[in-house]
Amino acid sequence: MNDMTPVTTLKDWETDQEVRWCPGCGDYAILKAVQRTLPMLGADPKNTVFVSGIGCSSRFPYYVESYGFHTIHGRAPAVATGIKLANPALDVWLVTGDGDGMSIGGNHTMHVLRRNLDCQILLFNNEIYGLTKGQYSPTSRVGTPSPTSPVGSVDRPASPCAFALGSGARFVARGYDVSKDLPEVLQAAYRHRGAAFVEIFQNCIVYNKDRFDDFTAKAVAADNQIQLRHGEPLLFAKETKGLALDLETLSLKVVDVADGDWQAAGVAVHNVRNRGLAHMLVEMPFGAFPMALGVIYDDPAPTFESAVVEERARLTAGKTADLARLLGKGQTWVVEDRHAQ
Amino acid sequence: MTTISSVTGSSVPGSSVTGSSVTDSQVGPGKVGAEAVVVRFAGDSGDGMQLTGGQFTLSTALAGNDLATFPDFPAEIRAPQGTLFGVSAFQINFGSSEITTAGDAPDVLVAMNPAALKTNIHALKPGGLVIIDTGEFTRRNLEKAKYEADPVEDGSLARWDVLAFDISALTMEAVKPFGLGNKEALRCKNMWTLGLALWMFDRDRQPLVDWLNAKFAQHPVLAQANVAALNAGHAYGETAELAGPLRKQHIDPVPSEPGLYRTITGAEAVSLGLVAGAQLAELPMFFGGYPITPASAILHHLVKMKEFGVTTFQAEDEIAAICAAIGASYAGHLGVTSSSGPGLALKGEAMGLAIMTELPLVIVNSQRGGPSTGLPTKTEQSDLYQAVYGRNGDAPLPVIAARSPADAFECAIEACRIATQFMTPVILLTDGYIGNASEPWKVPDPATFTPFPAHFLEGPNGPDNTVLPYTRDDRGVRPWIRPGTEGLMHRIGGIEKALGTGNIDYSPAAHQAQTDARKARIDGVARAIPAQDVCLGTEGGTLAVVGWGSTFGPIHQAVRRARRRGLDVSHVHVRHIWPLPENLGDLLARFDKVLVPEMNTGQFKTVLRDRFLIDAVPLSKISGQPFAIAELEEAIGRFFDGIPDNEGGVVSVNDTQLPAPEIEQP
Repeated sequence: MNDMTPVTTLKDWETDQEVRWCPGCGDYAILKAVQRTLPMLGADPKNTVFVSGIGCSSRFPYYVESYGFHTIHGRAPAVATGIKLANPALDVWLVTGDGDGMSIGGNHTMHVLRRNLDCQILLFNNEIYGLTKGQYSPTSRVGTPSPTSPVGSVDRPASPCAFALGSGARFVARGYDVSKDLPEVLQAAYRHRGAAFVEIFQNCIVYNKDRFDDFTAKAVAADNQIQLRHGEPLLFAKETKGLALDLETLSLKVVDVADGDWQAAGVAVHNVRNRGLAHMLVEMPFGAFPMALGVIYDDPAPTFESAVVEERARLTAGKTADLARLLGKGQTWVVEDRHAQ
Repeated sequence: MTTISSVTGSSVPGSSVTGSSVTDSQVGPGKVGAEAVVVRFAGDSGDGMQLTGGQFTLSTALAGNDLATFPDFPAEIRAPQGTLFGVSAFQINFGSSEITTAGDAPDVLVAMNPAALKTNIHALKPGGLVIIDTGEFTRRNLEKAKYEADPVEDGSLARWDVLAFDISALTMEAVKPFGLGNKEALRCKNMWTLGLALWMFDRDRQPLVDWLNAKFAQHPVLAQANVAALNAGHAYGETAELAGPLRKQHIDPVPSEPGLYRTITGAEAVSLGLVAGAQLAELPMFFGGYPITPASAILHHLVKMKEFGVTTFQAEDEIAAICAAIGASYAGHLGVTSSSGPGLALKGEAMGLAIMTELPLVIVNSQRGGPSTGLPTKTEQSDLYQAVYGRNGDAPLPVIAARSPADAFECAIEACRIATQFMTPVILLTDGYIGNASEPWKVPDPATFTPFPAHFLEGPNGPDNTVLPYTRDDRGVRPWIRPGTEGLMHRIGGIEKALGTGNIDYSPAAHQAQTDARKARIDGVARAIPAQDVCLGTEGGTLAVVGWGSTFGPIHQAVRRARRRGLDVSHVHVRHIWPLPENLGDLLARFDKVLVPEMNTGQFKTVLRDRFLIDAVPLSKISGQPFAIAELEEAIGRFFDGIPDNEGGVVSVNDTQLPAPEIEQP
């Protein structure tokens, strides 16, 4: 093993390709956040692979100076699984969207999470199909007007983080495109060994503009989002409110915090290894509750590729790759050469 | 070998055999010195017929006979006992000359219950021997088989020699000393029957005894009981010979090439060929699969070969299976996936990705009857269009078809060679028949194989230390670049791309140039494959019968018989379906007529007509059954009978062949 941490800068992770997202698209901010984070992680471009499916978000690999594979709609998790199993030493990043990862590729998202393949999954959620020109997506809120839902969509949306937890994810986090906290979340995802699922709210300025303003706009951000940190109390609204466990309903409730005395108010402390708490945090209905951002859950478990490697070692211990022996296995017989000698 | 095995010459209802071959070899039980015999074991799916057939096959191989088998089992895992649709059968054709098919009509039928008798008796040759276990001919079982009267007693079996006795009771008696329960004791029935069959054909019991002892090593009592049943069946033969129609007969061994032999199924051969292919390419292999009949067997075999650098991945679906294999190929393994027709359809889009990204990939398709779920456990060749044309866009890839279980080994190696040498996905077509059937195989010596090591780009290949992933060599092949290699970072994907850099490029010129390059590269594979040969007959003449895949056996025998009758007919069997061998067009042009028998409605015929503008005449069979030799012989005869415009057409449904179509479905 060569453990020399490569020294790179943001510039080293930029390609010569012209970025073709719409001006003002949230994807630019996410790209910069990733390019800013990679040097902090000591990532090595030659051992880094970005794999994507189809959609606006999936153009991402073309803009990162590493190995990149722009695959087909929804299938990036499957391609990434093959890459990682073939070479577990590679750092694999998956870039997907709400249509790619939750709709056409929902099945693969579920399985890459339950298998716990070591990779980072960045799901850009803009609640719309952008590249196909604005149809409502599986995360669009009921009533979303679009070319395929002229009077508003009627189907209920999926919650990516709840889906991820339900699929057995061992790391679930949330951020948004222009958030200053996004690099911190990305670093935590990278440090987690196993499938790290990060939902990133992303502003589609053409088809679903400012959809997340109710918790990302400066004026309301403090009141309507809660930034989670392990070991710290679940406080928001400039520490005037907090989340406490309602023992009667076994769910979270919003409580007022007087004079910073969060303990007196019964505010719970965030624990990234508490799976029950993670479920409650991702299920909080926005409006009555703030939007939970940051690392929601982070509790590592053995990874798929290491299990595959170990299984192979177990099965092949003491065996040699003798092709002639393999071909001649089973019940055999010999036909003598009658003309010999 | 100039003699033919001609056990299958009797006429087949639904077709009119006019040839003389019928007369030259009326062999049957009791006729000493037969060249070949067809035996069919039929029973309830719980009776262990496949196991009996498999062990009989092994003893036949050990006796030095050539053989071919046809297992036929119901799609249901455990169909209700005693029902017509729960019948499982196994047919073996063995003899003292070269055998290439499982035979048309059996000489001997072993029927373990009324349903097995009902669904198989009409296949038996007139005068053939039927062995019946009367212990199972209860009123209840007769009703389940929809018999109004007991066929053993009502004279309806008069056309055949009948040996009916209570095998169940004799088995119970034989295993009595071992104190088994009723159910377990009756389970030994198949070994009793096998013992009788071994006696009939003068076979050594010892390998079976060894096998039983090994199989039941943990349960010595079961081993002893099964051996006792085997011996009792054998002893019964000695006794019955004096009284009934049963005769012992000896089939001489085939004079075969010296060497080490084993029996092999197509699924085993494909698995071994893939392992050998990856070794010859000096690559680790990644196999992505998803359970599907009849392709799953390949995954079952490969999980046991991990010491050969094989990684297996049971994916969540067919799409993930191929996509993971593509990912592994991208990372430097030989990616392989396998499936059957419906699964291949699901993989179509991903094949396009492998074509666009020009990555090696082997896709094995064990064809079955279609469309949709179709006939999961039956055989057909109807995925040829899907393999050659079945993708969006102009998406060419090489297609290879195996002709037999043993041939599947070489074909799998060939698929690995083309995939890695030409950076392309390759489809290998087998079918349910090849996958499940077994035949003797002379174990090859790996030292005689020619290696084809894969190469990876290790440093920049463009000006100023740049990497040009889509620079092509003189064969149109781009370099294989593994992630993890210093200085070669690049991006690839399914979007159309510029020559050289591979950067996204939708321009008209780029799409024209890349489409041309993709086509030229695959067309060029034709220069790296063997020229087409004539496997029986001459390089020109009146009629060429052109086949591909598992029709090899029946076509070969039919052509052989027709030639013996003096007809000017030759057999051409094509392995490389796409691109076709360069000389094939010229070769076929030297024949007046071309007949293309296929287990589909004429797919290869269309390809041949399109490529060579020849009047290829189709002969179709779409009943989920392989061609019978007699059917092909009759079709060949029609080219020589002087009657105009009666050539080709559709083989009528044949209800005496395996699998029997009249079996009722629930």
